Amino acid sequence: MPLIQVKDLRVGYNVYEGLLKVLDGINFFVERKEKVGIIGESACGKTTAMKAIMRILAKNSVLMGGKILYDGNDILRMNDTQFTEIRRKKFSMIFQDPSAALNPVFTIRQQFYDIIRYSSNQRMTKDMIHERAVELLKQAALPEPERILDSYPFQLSGGMKQRVNIAMALVSANELLIADEPGTALDVTIEDQILRLLKKIVEERRISIILISHALGTIKHFVDRIYVMYAGTIVESGPTEKVFKNPKHPYTQLLIDSVPKLTGEGVPEGIPGIVPSYLNPPHGCRFVTRCPYAMQVCKEKVPPSYEVEQLHYASCFLYDNGENGKDE
Amino acid sequence: MIARVLPGDPARLALGPRAPQQAVDALRAELHLNDPIFVQYWYWLSGVFTGNWGISLFTQRNVLIDVSEFLPATVELILAAAIIDLALAIPLGMLAGRMANTFVDNTVRIISYIGIAIPAFVVAIILQLTLGYGLHIFPIIGRLDQSIQPPPRITGLYVIDGLITGNFSVAANALWHLVLPAFALALGPIAQEARILRSSVVENLNKDYTLAEISHGLPERIITLKYLMKPSLIPMITIYALDISSQIANAFLIELIFNWPGFSRYGLNAMLSKDLNAIVATVMVAGIMFVVANTIVDLVVSYLDPRIRFQAESEE
Ligand SMILES: Nc1ncnc2c1ncn2[C@@H]1O[C@H](COP(=O)(O)OP(=O)(O)OP(=O)(O)O)[C@@H](O)[C@H]1O
Ligand SMILES: [Mg+2]
Repeated sequence: MPLIQVKDLRVGYNVYEGLLKVLDGINFFVERKEKVGIIGESACGKTTAMKAIMRILAKNSVLMGGKILYDGNDILRMNDTQFTEIRRKKFSMIFQDPSAALNPVFTIRQQFYDIIRYSSNQRMTKDMIHERAVELLKQAALPEPERILDSYPFQLSGGMKQRVNIAMALVSANELLIADEPGTALDVTIEDQILRLLKKIVEERRISIILISHALGTIKHFVDRIYVMYAGTIVESGPTEKVFKNPKHPYTQLLIDSVPKLTGEGVPEGIPGIVPSYLNPPHGCRFVTRCPYAMQVCKEKVPPSYEVEQLHYASCFLYDNGENGKDE
Repeated sequence: MIARVLPGDPARLALGPRAPQQAVDALRAELHLNDPIFVQYWYWLSGVFTGNWGISLFTQRNVLIDVSEFLPATVELILAAAIIDLALAIPLGMLAGRMANTFVDNTVRIISYIGIAIPAFVVAIILQLTLGYGLHIFPIIGRLDQSIQPPPRITGLYVIDGLITGNFSVAANALWHLVLPAFALALGPIAQEARILRSSVVENLNKDYTLAEISHGLPERIITLKYLMKPSLIPMITIYALDISSQIANAFLIELIFNWPGFSRYGLNAMLSKDLNAIVATVMVAGIMFVVANTIVDLVVSYLDPRIRFQAESEE
């Protein structure tokens, strides 16, 4: 049984103009000790999916359907006490913007101590809490832990803040670490260091990670398996090697093509057409408005997921060979 | 300064229309009213520092004595209002923000609109008529019951003097008299500040750091009362400073309505009777209170917001 299995998750947001139908029935899973990547351009719903797992979706969000199974139990149906235990002992999330994820008016010490204190069932002494904080800051490769602890967030650099966030996440990431574009707000060399650090940590701890990125190059050497998202749907998934060598969905192909060839880094640019609005998304495939191979059927039906090679799936009618595709 | 260029002759006003012209002239000379304005200013300024604030034409005493007699009553009233203000605005704002768009929030919203829309003196009269005159729960006027002697004077604040000297029944009586006027003064600011606090709470609830705190599994109580409250208080406290500073002006009418023997009423009388030295003293004391209130609040805000604190330190 996978550690996490997301089934047909549908999430929308209520806004003044109506309902934004963002996540349109997405399916994915994460095995224990597996490193999974999610890529897709800005606003395709990556953060929304992760917030759903942590149950921290915004107030105006609407859960329209689906399940998120953790060891077979639907976390969306757990009561707050049960899920708080999971937040304290099993899952952690690192946010996109390291500066925004730390409370600006408390020292790192105050914030870190509380996180450690409340994640433990036993009463911990101040010394024990302190020792743990220093140990985790060291694991996050931060020198001078005392100085860091006494600082306010605004006194630290972006990279240091993200390492502090990582150290804090490690308090409870005993099974799953969600890293939502952990380096996007930082410069490239720092981003690289952060990713290496995360890789080392998840391998040492033997935990699972979901790493999100909209830059292909950063994720390529990091994860075992990858999901490609477009406009609230998962369009392709498979072992990282296979997806990069042999992309099947037209969106993935364009995405990989549009990355500057020399470095393999950078943000994809220049896929023609515009992303559909979440207010009135296309009825069939959400990529139909930009797809060079769009057919009549794409406008009418949502493409199922076809196994294009072993463990490699694409949701595209190009791979419909008469038999019905698999639904996940 | 402005007081000196108002039309009308203060000496004439002081002595009344039937006084002989010689008496008026003599008084003008005594008060240096015939000297150029900057000479008058010099007389006044040197007086301020030597304790001679000039004679009030109205009470016929050194204005400084008047100030020390009337100011404590006002200070007590404004302090009481300031405490009620914080004690109600913070819980109301936090509650409304935490429970945004629920019944609780809407109730607080309605109370706020009422508090903002109705002027303090109307609130005062309504309170007086209902809780005072109608239900006899609170006294209607004055600082103490007629039958009660004020406590020995230490600070001039009856509640505090009563407590210090062990006259607890006097302190309680004084406190009882404070409730209505202080609440009438505080209601407007409470309403405004609760709204401001509510909107920062709502804003900060959506911040990544709050989501991070939730996802770390911190208890809701700690998140709300510690991590959410501190940053949310900052904008509110700034407005609170302005509100407290302007209370001396709002207190004018409240003191009249509650027959409160305070400084605001003294200042009002001074203005109506064009009592120059008293007007100047009123303006100066109001200014000092403004500065004191703002200084205290600056200290509080810099305690709440380390970014301001460190900026100030690095400029030194
Ligand atoms: N609280 C909200 N209210 C309304 N719309 C929202 C809300 N949160 C997100 N959205 C919208 O949902 C869509 C998906 O947002 P999400 O943050 O999940 O995207 P993302 O893939 O993480 O993008 P990025 O790479 O820019 O972080 C976007 O169009 C966004 O504007
Ligand atoms: Mg995002």
